[in-house]
Amino acid sequence: MADKKIKPEEMAGIDYGPPHRDWMDPSVEFIKGSYCYAAPLKNQEILQLPNPRQWNPQDPDWKLPPDFKRIILNGMKDRLERYRSWKLYLDICVRCGACSDKCHYFIGSGDPKNMPVMRAELLRSVYRRYFTVGGRLWGKLGGARSLDEQVIKEWYYYFYQCSECRRCSVYCPYGIDTCEITMMGRELLNLVGCTTEWVVGPASNSFRTGNHVGIPPHAMKQSLESAQDDIKALTGIDVNVPINKKGAEILFVTPSADFFASPAWFTLMGYLMLFHEIGLDYTFSTYASEGGDFGLFHSAELAKSLNAKIYAEAERLKVKWVLGGECGHMWRVIHQYMDTFNGPPSFLEEPVSPITGTKFDNARSTKMVHICEFTADLIHSGKLRLDRGRNDKWKVTFHDSCNPARAMGLFEEPRYIINNTCNQFYEMPENTIRERTFCCGSGAGLGPDENMEVRLRGGYPRANAVQYVREKHGVNLLACICAIDKASFPPLLEYWVPGVETAGVHELLGNALIMRGEKRREADLRGEPLTGNTLSEGGQHGV
Amino acid sequence: MSLAAKILYPLAMVTLLVLLSLLTLVGRDAEFIFAVVIPYLALTCFFAGFVYRVVRWAQSPVPFNIPTTCGQQASLDWVKSDKIESPCCNWGIAGRMALEILLFRSLFRNSDMQQVGQHRLIYGGNRWLWLGGLAFHWSLLIILIRHLRLFTEPVFRPSLWISAIDGMLQLALPALFITDFIILAAVSYLVLRRLVSTRVRYISLASDYLALFLILAVVISGILMRSFFKVDLVAVKELAISVITFRPAVPAGIGLPFYIHLLLISVLVAYFPFSKMMHAAGILLSPTRNARNDSRMVRHVNPWNRPVRVHTYAEYEDEFRQPMIKAGIPIEKNNLPAEQ
Repeated sequence: MADKKIKPEEMAGIDYGPPHRDWMDPSVEFIKGSYCYAAPLKNQEILQLPNPRQWNPQDPDWKLPPDFKRIILNGMKDRLERYRSWKLYLDICVRCGACSDKCHYFIGSGDPKNMPVMRAELLRSVYRRYFTVGGRLWGKLGGARSLDEQVIKEWYYYFYQCSECRRCSVYCPYGIDTCEITMMGRELLNLVGCTTEWVVGPASNSFRTGNHVGIPPHAMKQSLESAQDDIKALTGIDVNVPINKKGAEILFVTPSADFFASPAWFTLMGYLMLFHEIGLDYTFSTYASEGGDFGLFHSAELAKSLNAKIYAEAERLKVKWVLGGECGHMWRVIHQYMDTFNGPPSFLEEPVSPITGTKFDNARSTKMVHICEFTADLIHSGKLRLDRGRNDKWKVTFHDSCNPARAMGLFEEPRYIINNTCNQFYEMPENTIRERTFCCGSGAGLGPDENMEVRLRGGYPRANAVQYVREKHGVNLLACICAIDKASFPPLLEYWVPGVETAGVHELLGNALIMRGEKRREADLRGEPLTGNTLSEGGQHGV
Repeated sequence: MSLAAKILYPLAMVTLLVLLSLLTLVGRDAEFIFAVVIPYLALTCFFAGFVYRVVRWAQSPVPFNIPTTCGQQASLDWVKSDKIESPCCNWGIAGRMALEILLFRSLFRNSDMQQVGQHRLIYGGNRWLWLGGLAFHWSLLIILIRHLRLFTEPVFRPSLWISAIDGMLQLALPALFITDFIILAAVSYLVLRRLVSTRVRYISLASDYLALFLILAVVISGILMRSFFKVDLVAVKELAISVITFRPAVPAGIGLPFYIHLLLISVLVAYFPFSKMMHAAGILLSPTRNARNDSRMVRHVNPWNRPVRVHTYAEYEDEFRQPMIKAGIPIEKNNLPAEQ
């Protein structure tokens, strides 16, 4: 990666000085490391996307369809009529600037067009020109710009430098949500065939194989079997991993990165150990083998299409309800979109924990429960024996992932699990956690390696807060509940804060969980030796 | 668009309005136009425009339930949920909206990002914008209520009470209103902030300056005519009552300062529905603030929920049946040509 050559000290020397040019002149330079590659033709065709073609953002000519202007303006009109959020948020911004320093991409880059208000103005200026009286009458004086190819290029650049994390919307006095702006901006770009490989590729994989990495069913089974082997080696216990099992009580859906990628793999081991220990009657599905929904980063239609598999599979397998693993935007979709997209799931029952009898009343309509809600309930009901000491090598901090934080409000459950599985937990500064949390910098389809500089810059504010607790408390582990976090933090932290590892909350649970009949644990889930007094069998009761 | 142009055009426009008011000196007919015709047109424009904008917003549906959750969700019984910042009932929404509208809750969170030394980012509280905005809007409300005394006979009581409280600091004669100075200071702060802060200067449009300059001119002309260039208040009230009872009659000798004030207000009011000032109504419709965080409890319905192409399980199994059989994964159909 070319961008690795930039030293952290250099990258942190960010210039927030006044920009030299007025923003209304569209200008964008596609520098290596700061943009995502275009989707290859093959994947555009699998998903039957409009105006498919082979192209490259660095090309001077993007081969836009000849009537691209009409396509975009019609697309805007259609969305203005379908989304109150979008129409309202194009209209009511007063440019107070409260959001201007809240975006992690702005903080990490100093690029003024990464201020949330500016990102929206890139669209608003075109909206004003074609849809408002003032813009038509006054032109530039009225803040209006004509639509041309340069504007499209600018949109592509900046709507793929927004991770739809909604942090700015927390601070906006009217709740203007840049996520809505970016989503619509990307939908408009889709209409003229401008999409990125890292969104369309995983989405087309999910469409065909059920998961974003494109693992076929037999490979998924093999992968789960190796997790079984690892657990056997560690605990001496044979855990059962049912796949596509009809009549199971619960369908478990988790992001597919858990099936192969480190450190998500250790989270998967944690799930399997937990389900075995409590004797859960559940099943994985190979058809609905992806919790994450890359369609969300593309369009509402594609998000709905990919999400449809979860309910379809729940119905086919005749389960009672659905349990979902640790993931960020997956939970945005499940919590705020799934029931609307593909519900109501009348074939399911209101979720009840078969172990504790707790009714998950908060999921009574969607009928899908977050694994942290499920596990926190188990711990609170005293159903798990936990040895916190087995996590004593970790000084843990917790990263609130954007979507579970700001689109769900899942703050306490993961913290409760961490506090019951670890002895040393330290929070990052309050302006950087909970609803004010910073994105990892790689969310919403910004995760490909060719985009590394944007990712490192966008992740800088988070890494900086981690560095603070590392210096103050010696923190060496960042716990999180998001698959993109687990993929993006290892390189990010290695760059900015070497010595801090990344783990899912259920990896910590897997370490601490005392399983019936387990052999003396010599190592943690990573295969690294346990230290000192934590070797004792049984250990202390965690609750 | 240069910064000078962004500022000078709105400034020129406000100046032009002041000069236009001089036309009232031409004669009684001109006075009638400025005192009656223009205000009627402005009010018509305001009400029609306001309703039109709100109706247009309301016509677009809210396809998804997208509250921004700023507190713990309601989940397990023993986990304390945040009823206001993550509301799941209508009382919670009422509380959240009230805090937002009356106290600018979200703006109160504002922080200021700073680089300290080489490698430390800190986010200190920055409440100046919150304070300035709150001072401006509350003063504006109080001033509007005070003005009701000119439109009511017998006088609307609360208007008198508020005037009495507002005028408590009678340092000079006639009664000086506290809110006059607060609003002057607050609007000046908002203008200066746009000019001084590099980030805010960069994002500001000519229309942002226009709104501020208009308001500032209204405030200044109001204060001047009250304390320095006295106008005939009895005549002003006579005009106000005649206008709102639709029996317009213009008393003679009200004085130029009043017509300046009135024309500026008329333009401000007429411009309101076409401007960002519509945030006043927009906030109530904002889906990230006025929605309950209950989307897994109660299904939210999207009126245009469009059908989409899906890849069915049957299609999936058709592609992967052989390897699934080999791997011992249960399948639905066993007797298809693909296997023979």
